[in-house]
Amino acid sequence: MSKYAYFPGCSLEKMALSYHQSTMETTRELGVELQELEDWNCCGATTYFHVDELLAYTLVGRNLAMAEKMGYDLVAPCSACYKNAYFTSAYLKEDQDLADHINYALEADNLQYSGNTAVKHLMEVFADDLGMEEIERKVTHPLTGLRVAPYYGCQIVRPKKDHEDVEGPVFFEELMTAVGAEPVDFAYKLRCCGGSLIITSRDAALSLIRDLLQSAADSDAAVIATACPLCQTNLECYQRLVNQEFGTEFKIPIMYFTQLIGLAMGIPKKKLGIGTEFISVDSVLTYAQKSE
Amino acid sequence: MADKPTFSEEVSNLLHASHGNPLTTCIQCGTCSGTCPVAEFMDHTPRKLIGMINADLKEEVLESNTYWYCASCFHCTVRCPSEIDIAGLMYALKRYSIWNHTYSEEFIGPVFSETFVKSILRSGRSYEPVLAPSYIFSYGVREFLNEAHTATNLMLKGRLPVLPPRLKRSENFKKMANRIIPMGEAK
Repeated sequence: MSKYAYFPGCSLEKMALSYHQSTMETTRELGVELQELEDWNCCGATTYFHVDELLAYTLVGRNLAMAEKMGYDLVAPCSACYKNAYFTSAYLKEDQDLADHINYALEADNLQYSGNTAVKHLMEVFADDLGMEEIERKVTHPLTGLRVAPYYGCQIVRPKKDHEDVEGPVFFEELMTAVGAEPVDFAYKLRCCGGSLIITSRDAALSLIRDLLQSAADSDAAVIATACPLCQTNLECYQRLVNQEFGTEFKIPIMYFTQLIGLAMGIPKKKLGIGTEFISVDSVLTYAQKSE
Repeated sequence: MADKPTFSEEVSNLLHASHGNPLTTCIQCGTCSGTCPVAEFMDHTPRKLIGMINADLKEEVLESNTYWYCASCFHCTVRCPSEIDIAGLMYALKRYSIWNHTYSEEFIGPVFSETFVKSILRSGRSYEPVLAPSYIFSYGVREFLNEAHTATNLMLKGRLPVLPPRLKRSENFKKMANRIIPMGEAK
C-alpha cells in the first residue's frame, strides 16, 4: 500500500467537503493511504503573495516541514495549494538564503525544512503513480457514453515545472477514458475560471465563467469535471448569476474528477458527497446506474 | 550621493525570488496581452504596462488597475518568449501598491488580501464568514443580494463552516509569523 502525507487545504474542510470525501473513498479503494498532516495551516492561496512573499513561503514551509518529518510525499487536491507547495519546495531547495530565513521562522514551531518533500497534485497520484490500468481494473460501472469536459484550469499545469507539455496536456482525458467516459474536445480546458476575482472583480470573473460554460456547451458536454475546489465553486455556485447577467440558460453539472471515478468504481453516491450541489447531477448518475 | 534606482529597477528588485528574466528584456511582442483572459478589463494591457515600467512612468503604473485584475493563471508567464515571469510581476506590483498604499480606494483586491492574511495569522486557516465584510459593503444592492443568496444556498447545502477553525499549536504559529512580520500580538 502506498502512503502519502495529505494536505486537504481550507476549502476541503467545508465548501468542497465532497472533494475530500470522494478523494478518501477512491484512494482507499485503490490501495492508497492518505495520512492527513497534523495541524496543517492555510497555504495562502494566491493572496499571501499579494502582501508579503517571505510570509507566504514561511506558511507553506510549515506544511512542507511537517510532511518531511512524516517521510512521505505531500499530496494536495487543490491546485492552488499544490502550486504553492511545489514551488516553495523548489525555491527553498535552490535558494539557501531564502531557506535560512524560513527555517529561522519555522524554528518557533520546532520545525525545519531541508527541501526533501516531493509535492504532487492528487491527480498525479491517479494518473502517474497508480496509472490508468490500475484504475481500469477497479471500474465496475463504466461511465459509457458520458460526455465529460475535462477542465484542467490553471495551477495544476502552470507555471511550467520541467519539460512537460503546458499547452496540450492529456492526462485528464486519459483518466476519464479509463473510467469509461468520453472526454470531449474542450477548447477552454486550460483557461482561467477567475479564481478569487469572483470576490474582487466580479464583472471579469462572471465573463470568464460564462466563456467556460459556453465552451463546454459547444462541445456538447454533459458534465464538467474539475480538479480544484475554486474552479468547482466558481463554475457551479455562480452559474445562476451568469445566467442572470448574460441571459443564458446554462444548467451544467460540475463534478470533481474523484466523484466520477468513484461512481465508476461503484462507490455509493452519498459516500462521494453527492447531494450537496446547486445544480443536480442526476443526469450523470444515470450513466453509472445503467451498468448495474 | 548614490543614484536613485529607476522604477524599473525598483520593481525588478521586488522579484528576487521569482526566476524570470529582467523586465528590460521585454521585446513588446504582446503575447502576454493576447493570452491574458482578462486583458479587456484592464486599463493597460500587460504588454503596455511593462513598457510603461521600463519608461519609468511610475505614477501611471501605480494608478493602474491592471495587476488587480490578474487572477494568477500564469498563462502569460509560460508563453513569454523572453521568459519574464509576468504573473510574478503582477504580484510584485500588488505588494508595492499595498506597502505604499498607492491603490485606488475603489479596488476591493487590496483590502480583501489584507483581511485574508490577517485572518490566517489569527486562526491558521481560512474561514469564509470573516472575509465577507472586506468586500460585501463595496457591492451595490443587487450584488449584495446576489451574494447573500449564494451564501444562503451554501449554508443550506452544509457547505459553509459555522465555527472558525483553530490550530493546536496556535501560539507557535503566531511566533513563527512574527519572526517574518513583527505584528506585535497578532490579534
